[in-house]
Amino acid sequence: MTENDYVSILGSFHDPAVAAVLAERLAGITLPCPLALMHVCGTHEHSIAKTGIRSMLPAGMRLIAGPGCPVCVCPAADIDLAVQAARRADTIVATFGDMFRVPSGDTSLEMMKADGCDVRVVYSPLDAVRIAAENRDREVVFMAVGFETTAGPIAASIMAGVPANFSIIPSMRLVPPALEFLLENGRESIDGFILPGHVSTVLGRRGYSFLEEDHGVPAVISGFEPVDILRGIIDLTENILAGPPFTVLNLYRRVVSEEGNARARRLIYEVFEPSPSNWRGIGQIKNSGLALRAEYAGVDAVRRLSLVPSPDAEDVRPGCICHKVILGESEPEQCPLFGTGCTPRRPHGPCMVSSEGTCRARYQYRPPGDMY
Amino acid sequence: MKMCLAIPMEIIEINGNEAVAEAGGIRKEVRLDLIESAKIGDFILIHTGYAIERLDPAEARETLELIKQVYRAGMTGKAGLPDDRE
Repeated sequence: MTENDYVSILGSFHDPAVAAVLAERLAGITLPCPLALMHVCGTHEHSIAKTGIRSMLPAGMRLIAGPGCPVCVCPAADIDLAVQAARRADTIVATFGDMFRVPSGDTSLEMMKADGCDVRVVYSPLDAVRIAAENRDREVVFMAVGFETTAGPIAASIMAGVPANFSIIPSMRLVPPALEFLLENGRESIDGFILPGHVSTVLGRRGYSFLEEDHGVPAVISGFEPVDILRGIIDLTENILAGPPFTVLNLYRRVVSEEGNARARRLIYEVFEPSPSNWRGIGQIKNSGLALRAEYAGVDAVRRLSLVPSPDAEDVRPGCICHKVILGESEPEQCPLFGTGCTPRRPHGPCMVSSEGTCRARYQYRPPGDMY
Repeated sequence: MKMCLAIPMEIIEINGNEAVAEAGGIRKEVRLDLIESAKIGDFILIHTGYAIERLDPAEARETLELIKQVYRAGMTGKAGLPDDRE
């Protein structure tokens, strides 16, 4: 198979004619009762907002954007640790671009850089390791944010060996414990999940078997093209309407296998162990974080630089409803700051910062002429 | 930068744990630590500098076939429209 064949196959996943027929089929479904489906992936939200899929849903169906953006659920206390590190004259803080503008109280890493601190945006954890190798006389702290997809590369970078002046602020989070938490404690009743495609490459379909076995909740693993998402919603709805058995359906088999990426999971759990973790807007969820194992304690920036976690870092700034948006309890458009006091350039809350954030996606793809 | 985005590219060169991948004429260095026995010509999904999974062309075709069944079903009986788009 050539690259052209491949591009042509993948191109079919956003064929407008195919999508139109799927949209028609979806809109034609009659629901006997209201249904709430939740996705937990910022890239899904981006694609759904861009293509206007919400306008194609049958009457009575709600498509909730759940806590699917690792930047948005990263609590202010973790960002405050990075801010503390950035304040040190001997330290370089390296961060993914998504984290750069996320507010922690009245500051952010972007503002720290404007104040003269050395904060650098990187694409890969390997870039941060390289910066450490080139600046041996300084501490280099990498803000390690992400879900399972990103935890693999971070673990692999550490396993490959890092300079003594390199450390991380561990702020990675795991998706399945959050799904369980939402089912057991969430205020919203969820009839089915659309599962995050790239997190699922790591977990495999089997990583979600608890949904069908313990909770009897149907779910679908979906890719990110319009055709993937439409087909996912249709199949999930049909499973709900048909009644039990409720299953986890894998519609993204071109990259997600039954068992997932065992090698990535092995690397992740060689370097890290599950730990309780705080999610912005949600609170603490057991076993939903990744702490460095004792053998890798030397890579922990919090210990190495004696950073002090701030118990009262402000997760919800006055006027912000990000915590409700993250849980699907409010829509971004219900926020009085949306598009006025909170924009991608001057974000007030975390959901407006990352391109994965629900508010950012809705702002970027707001109806034409709708200036707020 | 979209942190969670993963981009499909083709492996064109391998040196141990490192490879060069290409898509649409753009070349990129990528690490292979997270996948087993990668080879030249494989299509991989890249995230933050690492190949995180191999893309399976047969599965891609099969999923597409499933989707097209829905497409065909939706198109059947519509005057003036082709019943297939192969």
